[in-house]
Amino acid sequence: MSVLVQETPFSVDQQQSLFLASSSGAGLVTFTGYLRDFSAEGGIEALELEHYPGMTERVLEELGAAAVSRFDLRGWRIVHRYGRIGQQDPIVWVGVFADHRHEAFAGCQFIMDTLKTKAPFWKKEFMCDGRVLWVQSKSEDAEREQAWQEGVYE
Amino acid sequence: MLTVRFFSLIREALDCEELQVEHQETLCTVGDLKQSLVDNGGDHWREALYQPNVVHALNQRVVNTDHELKDGDEVAFFPPMTGG
Repeated sequence: MSVLVQETPFSVDQQQSLFLASSSGAGLVTFTGYLRDFSAEGGIEALELEHYPGMTERVLEELGAAAVSRFDLRGWRIVHRYGRIGQQDPIVWVGVFADHRHEAFAGCQFIMDTLKTKAPFWKKEFMCDGRVLWVQSKSEDAEREQAWQEGVYE
Repeated sequence: MLTVRFFSLIREALDCEELQVEHQETLCTVGDLKQSLVDNGGDHWREALYQPNVVHALNQRVVNTDHELKDGDEVAFFPPMTGG
Protein backbone atom coordinates (compact mmCIF):
# COMPACT_ATOMS: atom_id res chain seq x y z
CA MET A 1 0.00 0.00 0.00
CA SER A 2 2.49 2.60 -1.05
CA VAL A 3 3.43 5.27 -3.56
CA LEU A 4 6.92 6.23 -4.66
CA VAL A 5 7.44 9.19 -7.01
CA GLN A 6 11.10 9.84 -7.71
CA GLU A 7 13.49 11.48 -10.14
CA THR A 8 16.19 8.85 -10.04
CA PRO A 9 15.89 5.62 -12.07
CA PHE A 10 14.51 2.58 -10.25
CA SER A 11 15.09 -1.14 -10.53
CA VAL A 12 12.00 -3.20 -11.35
CA ASP A 13 13.48 -6.20 -9.51
CA GLN A 14 14.11 -4.13 -6.41
CA GLN A 15 10.62 -2.63 -6.46
CA GLN A 16 9.05 -6.07 -6.80
CA SER A 17 11.20 -7.39 -3.92
CA LEU A 18 10.12 -4.49 -1.72
CA PHE A 19 6.48 -5.16 -2.61
CA LEU A 20 6.80 -8.90 -1.91
CA ALA A 21 8.33 -8.10 1.48
CA SER A 22 5.37 -5.95 2.49
CA SER A 23 2.35 -7.64 0.87
CA SER A 24 1.12 -11.09 -0.02
CA GLY A 25 -1.73 -12.85 -1.75
CA ALA A 26 -2.51 -15.73 -4.11
CA GLY A 27 -2.29 -13.63 -7.25
CA LEU A 28 0.37 -11.04 -8.12
CA VAL A 29 0.02 -8.88 -11.24
CA THR A 30 2.59 -6.26 -12.17
CA PHE A 31 2.89 -3.76 -14.99
CA THR A 32 6.05 -1.95 -16.09
CA GLY A 33 5.89 0.93 -18.53
CA TYR A 34 9.05 1.83 -20.47
CA LEU A 35 9.94 4.71 -22.70
CA ARG A 36 8.76 3.91 -26.22
CA ASP A 37 11.30 4.68 -28.94
CA PHE A 38 8.82 5.92 -31.52
CA SER A 39 5.60 7.90 -31.94
CA ALA A 40 3.50 9.11 -34.84
CA GLU A 41 5.98 12.00 -35.01
CA GLY A 42 9.03 9.72 -35.46
CA GLY A 43 11.88 8.33 -33.38
CA ILE A 44 12.14 9.35 -29.72
CA GLU A 45 15.51 9.84 -28.06
CA ALA A 46 14.42 10.72 -24.54
CA LEU A 47 11.49 11.85 -22.44
CA GLU A 48 11.07 14.44 -19.74
CA LEU A 49 8.28 14.03 -17.21
CA GLU A 50 6.96 17.00 -15.28
CA HIS A 51 4.65 16.52 -12.31
CA TYR A 52 2.78 18.44 -9.64
CA PRO A 53 4.53 17.57 -6.36
CA GLY A 54 2.08 16.81 -3.59
CA MET A 55 -0.95 16.43 -5.83
CA THR A 56 0.72 13.56 -7.66
CA GLU A 57 1.31 11.53 -4.51
CA ARG A 58 -2.18 12.22 -3.17
CA VAL A 59 -3.89 11.22 -6.44
CA LEU A 60 -1.89 7.98 -6.58
CA GLU A 61 -2.65 7.19 -2.90
CA GLU A 62 -6.36 7.72 -3.55
CA LEU A 63 -6.17 5.62 -6.69
CA GLY A 64 -4.60 2.71 -4.80
CA ALA A 65 -7.22 2.98 -2.07
CA ALA A 66 -10.00 3.02 -4.67
CA ALA A 67 -8.54 -0.12 -6.27
CA VAL A 68 -8.48 -1.89 -2.90
CA SER A 69 -12.14 -1.22 -2.19
CA ARG A 70 -13.25 -1.96 -5.74
CA PHE A 71 -11.25 -5.15 -6.42
CA ASP A 72 -10.65 -6.38 -2.89
CA LEU A 73 -6.88 -6.11 -3.32
CA ARG A 74 -4.62 -7.32 -0.53
CA GLY A 75 -1.82 -4.95 -1.45
CA TRP A 76 -0.61 -2.48 -4.05
CA ARG A 77 2.42 -0.37 -4.89
CA ILE A 78 2.81 2.38 -7.49
CA VAL A 79 6.23 3.68 -8.54
CA HIS A 80 6.51 6.54 -11.04
CA ARG A 81 9.48 8.50 -12.36
CA TYR A 82 9.71 12.16 -13.16
CA GLY A 83 12.51 14.15 -14.77
CA ARG A 84 14.64 12.97 -17.69
CA ILE A 85 13.94 9.39 -18.82
CA GLY A 86 16.40 7.62 -21.09
CA GLN A 87 15.94 4.65 -23.43
CA GLN A 88 15.33 1.37 -21.57
CA ASP A 89 14.39 3.22 -18.38
CA PRO A 90 11.15 2.14 -16.69
CA ILE A 91 8.74 5.05 -16.24
CA VAL A 92 6.09 3.39 -14.11
CA TRP A 93 5.72 0.17 -12.14
CA VAL A 94 2.48 -1.06 -10.59
CA GLY A 95 2.08 -4.21 -8.52
CA VAL A 96 -1.10 -5.59 -6.96
CA PHE A 97 -1.87 -8.64 -4.85
CA ALA A 98 -5.32 -10.23 -4.70
CA ASP A 99 -6.78 -13.58 -3.73
CA HIS A 100 -7.97 -14.29 -7.26
CA ARG A 101 -6.53 -13.60 -10.70
CA HIS A 102 -9.50 -11.65 -12.04
CA GLU A 103 -9.27 -9.10 -9.25
CA ALA A 104 -5.50 -8.88 -9.60
CA PHE A 105 -5.57 -8.30 -13.37
CA ALA A 106 -8.49 -5.88 -13.15
CA GLY A 107 -7.01 -3.97 -10.21
CA CYS A 108 -3.69 -3.44 -11.98
CA GLN A 109 -5.36 -2.38 -15.22
CA PHE A 110 -7.73 -0.04 -13.37
CA ILE A 111 -4.77 1.67 -11.69
CA MET A 112 -2.86 2.08 -14.95
CA ASP A 113 -5.84 3.24 -17.02
CA THR A 114 -6.86 5.77 -14.38
CA LEU A 115 -3.34 6.96 -13.62
CA LYS A 116 -2.80 7.98 -17.24
CA THR A 117 -5.50 10.64 -17.15
CA LYS A 118 -5.84 11.51 -13.44
CA ALA A 119 -2.29 11.70 -12.06
CA PRO A 120 -0.70 15.11 -12.79
CA PHE A 121 2.21 14.09 -15.02
CA TRP A 122 3.06 15.63 -18.38
CA LYS A 123 5.39 14.08 -20.94
CA LYS A 124 7.72 15.98 -23.22
CA GLU A 125 9.39 13.99 -25.99
CA PHE A 126 12.85 14.76 -27.34
CA MET A 127 12.76 13.49 -30.91
CA CYS A 128 15.74 12.00 -32.75
CA ASP A 129 15.46 14.80 -35.34
CA GLY A 130 15.93 17.46 -32.64
CA ARG A 131 12.31 18.52 -32.17
CA VAL A 132 10.89 18.78 -28.65
CA LEU A 133 7.16 17.98 -28.36
CA TRP A 134 4.71 17.91 -25.48
CA VAL A 135 2.71 14.69 -25.62
CA GLN A 136 -0.98 15.32 -26.28
CA SER A 137 -3.60 13.47 -24.25
CA LYS A 138 -5.25 10.67 -26.20
CA SER A 139 -9.00 10.33 -26.50
CA GLU A 140 -8.73 6.54 -26.16
CA ASP A 141 -7.07 6.97 -22.74
CA ALA A 142 -9.95 9.16 -21.57
CA GLU A 143 -12.43 6.64 -22.99
CA ARG A 144 -10.77 3.76 -21.10
CA GLU A 145 -10.84 5.71 -17.85
CA GLN A 146 -14.49 6.59 -18.45
CA ALA A 147 -15.28 2.94 -19.15
CA TRP A 148 -13.89 1.99 -15.72
CA GLN A 149 -16.11 4.66 -14.16
CA GLU A 150 -19.09 3.12 -15.92
CA GLY A 151 -18.13 -0.43 -14.94
CA VAL A 152 -17.77 -1.59 -18.55
CA TYR A 153 -14.86 -3.94 -17.76
CA GLU A 154 -16.53 -5.72 -14.83
CA MET B 1 -2.90 35.86 -0.87
CA LEU B 2 -3.51 33.21 -3.50
CA THR B 3 -0.76 31.01 -4.91
CA VAL B 4 -1.17 30.41 -8.65
CA ARG B 5 0.84 27.68 -10.34
CA PHE B 6 1.27 26.72 -13.98
CA PHE B 7 2.51 23.44 -15.40
CA SER B 8 3.69 21.91 -18.66
CA LEU B 9 3.02 23.81 -21.88
CA ILE B 10 1.03 26.50 -20.06
CA ARG B 11 4.04 27.19 -17.82
CA GLU B 12 6.24 27.40 -20.91
CA ALA B 13 3.79 29.60 -22.85
CA LEU B 14 3.59 32.06 -19.96
CA ASP B 15 7.23 31.67 -18.92
CA CYS B 16 5.91 31.57 -15.37
CA GLU B 17 5.85 28.79 -12.78
CA GLU B 18 4.15 30.53 -9.91
CA LEU B 19 2.52 33.81 -8.92
CA GLN B 20 1.27 35.29 -5.68
CA VAL B 21 -2.02 37.16 -6.20
CA GLU B 22 -3.79 39.28 -3.63
CA HIS B 23 -7.18 37.77 -2.78
CA GLN B 24 -9.55 40.63 -3.53
CA GLU B 25 -13.32 40.46 -3.03
CA THR B 26 -13.85 40.44 -6.79
CA LEU B 27 -12.00 37.14 -7.07
CA CYS B 28 -14.87 34.93 -5.95
CA THR B 29 -14.19 31.87 -8.09
CA VAL B 30 -11.44 30.08 -10.00
CA GLY B 31 -12.99 31.52 -13.16
CA ASP B 32 -12.76 35.06 -11.76
CA LEU B 33 -9.08 34.52 -11.03
CA LYS B 34 -8.50 33.19 -14.52
CA GLN B 35 -10.21 36.19 -16.10
CA SER B 36 -8.24 38.56 -13.86
CA LEU B 37 -4.97 36.96 -14.95
CA VAL B 38 -5.99 37.38 -18.60
CA ASP B 39 -7.13 40.98 -18.05
CA ASN B 40 -3.75 41.82 -16.56
CA GLY B 41 -1.67 39.68 -18.87
CA GLY B 42 -3.27 40.33 -22.27
CA ASP B 43 -3.71 38.20 -25.37
CA HIS B 44 -0.73 36.01 -24.60
CA TRP B 45 -2.35 34.90 -21.33
CA ARG B 46 -5.77 34.55 -22.94
CA GLU B 47 -4.36 32.12 -25.50
CA ALA B 48 -2.66 30.04 -22.82
CA LEU B 49 -5.42 29.94 -20.22
CA TYR B 50 -8.45 29.71 -22.50
CA GLN B 51 -7.11 27.02 -24.80
CA PRO B 52 -9.37 23.96 -24.97
CA ASN B 53 -9.22 21.37 -22.20
CA VAL B 54 -7.29 23.46 -19.65
CA VAL B 55 -7.54 21.71 -16.27
CA HIS B 56 -8.07 23.78 -13.11
CA ALA B 57 -6.98 22.57 -9.68
CA LEU B 58 -7.82 24.13 -6.33
CA ASN B 59 -5.66 23.04 -3.42
CA GLN B 60 -4.41 20.18 -5.58
CA ARG B 61 -7.84 18.84 -6.54
CA VAL B 62 -9.35 19.21 -10.01
CA VAL B 63 -12.34 21.57 -9.94
CA ASN B 64 -14.63 23.52 -12.23
CA THR B 65 -14.12 27.24 -12.76
CA ASP B 66 -17.16 28.09 -10.61
CA HIS B 67 -15.47 26.74 -7.48
CA GLU B 68 -15.20 29.44 -4.80
CA LEU B 69 -11.87 30.81 -3.61
CA LYS B 70 -10.70 31.72 -0.13
CA ASP B 71 -7.57 33.42 1.10
CA GLY B 72 -4.58 31.08 1.17
CA ASP B 73 -5.82 28.85 -1.64
CA GLU B 74 -3.49 27.34 -4.24
CA VAL B 75 -4.83 27.35 -7.79
CA ALA B 76 -3.14 25.57 -10.67
CA PHE B 77 -3.68 25.58 -14.44
CA PHE B 78 -2.40 22.78 -16.63
CA PRO B 79 -3.19 20.77 -19.79
CA PRO B 80 -4.74 17.27 -19.69
CA MET B 81 -2.48 14.80 -17.94
CA THR B 82 -0.30 12.30 -19.81
CA GLY B 83 1.21 10.02 -17.17
CA GLY B 84 2.04 6.34 -17.22
